[in-house]
Amino acid sequence: MHTHTQTRLRSYSTPLLLSLSLLALTVLAVGLGDKALARAMAEMLIRVTLVVALWIFVGNSGVISFGHAGYMCIGAYMSAWLTLKPTMKALLLPGLPDWLAQAQWPVFPAALAGGTLAAAVGLLSGAAILRLSGIAASIATFAFLAIVNTVYSNWEDVTGATSSVVGLPRYVDAWVALAWSVAAILVASLYANSGSGLALRATREDEVAAQSSGIDMYRHRLLSLVISAFFTGVAGALLGHFIGVLNPDSFYLGLTFIALAMLVVGGIGSLTGAVAGVVVLSVAIEVLVRLEQGFDLGDAHLAIPNGTQEIVIGMAMIVILILRPSGLTGGREWTLSRRLFQTKGRPKQA
Amino acid sequence: MGSVSQLFFDAASLGGIYALAALGIALIFGVMNLVNFAHGEYITFCVFALIIPSTDATAHLLLGRAPAIVLVPAILMVGGGLAVMSEALIFRRLRNATPVTMMIASFALGFVLRYALLAAYGGRPKAISLWPGLNTPVELLGASVPLLQLIVIGITVAILGVLFGLLKHTRLGLEMRAAAENFTMARMLGVKANRVITGAFAISGALAAAVALILVTQTGVADVRMGGPVMLVAFIATVIGGMGSLPGAVAAGFLLGAASVILQAFLPLEARPFRDAFLYSLVIGCLLLRPQGLFALSGAKPRV
Repeated sequence: MHTHTQTRLRSYSTPLLLSLSLLALTVLAVGLGDKALARAMAEMLIRVTLVVALWIFVGNSGVISFGHAGYMCIGAYMSAWLTLKPTMKALLLPGLPDWLAQAQWPVFPAALAGGTLAAAVGLLSGAAILRLSGIAASIATFAFLAIVNTVYSNWEDVTGATSSVVGLPRYVDAWVALAWSVAAILVASLYANSGSGLALRATREDEVAAQSSGIDMYRHRLLSLVISAFFTGVAGALLGHFIGVLNPDSFYLGLTFIALAMLVVGGIGSLTGAVAGVVVLSVAIEVLVRLEQGFDLGDAHLAIPNGTQEIVIGMAMIVILILRPSGLTGGREWTLSRRLFQTKGRPKQA
Repeated sequence: MGSVSQLFFDAASLGGIYALAALGIALIFGVMNLVNFAHGEYITFCVFALIIPSTDATAHLLLGRAPAIVLVPAILMVGGGLAVMSEALIFRRLRNATPVTMMIASFALGFVLRYALLAAYGGRPKAISLWPGLNTPVELLGASVPLLQLIVIGITVAILGVLFGLLKHTRLGLEMRAAAENFTMARMLGVKANRVITGAFAISGALAAAVALILVTQTGVADVRMGGPVMLVAFIATVIGGMGSLPGAVAAGFLLGAASVILQAFLPLEARPFRDAFLYSLVIGCLLLRPQGLFALSGAKPRV
């Protein structure tokens, strides 16, 4: 038997365990000294930040968002505007307002600013979109994504449109990405176990019952979207400063698909699922990409055709949805053994 | 007068395309609550079924070489077949899943189809000339209208007529309407689920094929990305029309076509590239006023 306090304590072991395993993976990947591996690790940790951010909204509310790539785009460009050299901005992006054109912020406040702008846009767009019921809201988030993409790919003077923005300081390595992904995991867990998070999860299980128990679904959905958009914006800033080049189309359907695939494969219902999905699919993608580049076997150069990666990932997603609709983790969290928190009696293994 | 009728023809033909696509989506949503994100890829697939798979820059016609009397039914069957197959292989196994799960599965299916096409045909848009004669302009009511636009309007009206006849006067249509209204109840009264759902997918796929033929004749290119934007507008039309309402989807499709043409005509020149952003903002604004859609069904809200 266990008390309420014990349950709450146990639930806080999840972010701890997840952060520690990410730390261990990072130490391992960086410690091996292979540059490509360290970069792949950094990319994976950026995806962890993104998918955990996505989970804060999607996992708790049960409303699928196709719009998060839009928040990511907003955060990435904000951080780029603040950190690029003024001389470059005068050349590439002449339409920026004066204060932005002159700004040359350090990278950390710029990432925060990226997240904050994304959160502000999240508040505005969410205020409109979240009034709709679940499925209709999902489609409206798609419209939001299209709005962001149209604006950023046509606003030549300010975003460079489809000719990419180049020259971003590339400061993001595995450690920076690790720090942000741990921050996202901690906040996600705090939110999910807060009053608002629990209320929101109640609406996910049964909208009508939760609302008739006096839960203001709209408010909690909006709050979770704002937090979620903040970290999504930060993930965008990280991705920009990881690659060094920004293009509106890299924040469109492809990214939306990969992020959702990771969330679904791991299991939408739990934070552990979000992180596990990223790790599993990142490894799969890495292997497939290397196979697409090909390898030498004796004299022969073997490679699988381009595009196999996306096709295999898509099919894996469908198969998992059919066989295990609630994902690999089945919506369960990874916690410390129940026994640690117990005073007497043998627990049944969960 | 000339420019007003010009606008009218543009709006009607664009709206017709949106209406056909929206109808395909609304039909499936009505019978099984599935928001089919693969619909855009059905359209693209049908376009590419016209040409021989190769990554060359020019397109060699495959099905497209056949005379129209063979080609049109063949391509409609390709679309219907693809849709029915995806139902049998994937969505049938997800019938008891939540709408969200089905939606994500269709999103994944669309992604797989798109990358399969990319692998087979390459990413560059290809020029196709299918029935080039149809783009010759005709003088009508003071406007110069491409013949194709008139045909599109005519075909849209004809398809809508046939479909509504089918839905109102055949057994399958009756069953479909019953299933859209209340699927559980319909099954209890002897409506066969597989028959209705397969029928809905077949019609939906054929509608996608019709949209594909119109698009390819109008634009003269085959592009892997051409289905996506149409699908997005069609989705929005189904939401504005009230999820699952067939007349609502058609009306909203025409409405969006008209709004799009009017924005294109009256926006200041420097704002025109942002037309879609204005359109979608209008849509979100419209949903704020009527979250349940303009033509919502009375039974759309789940009863507790």
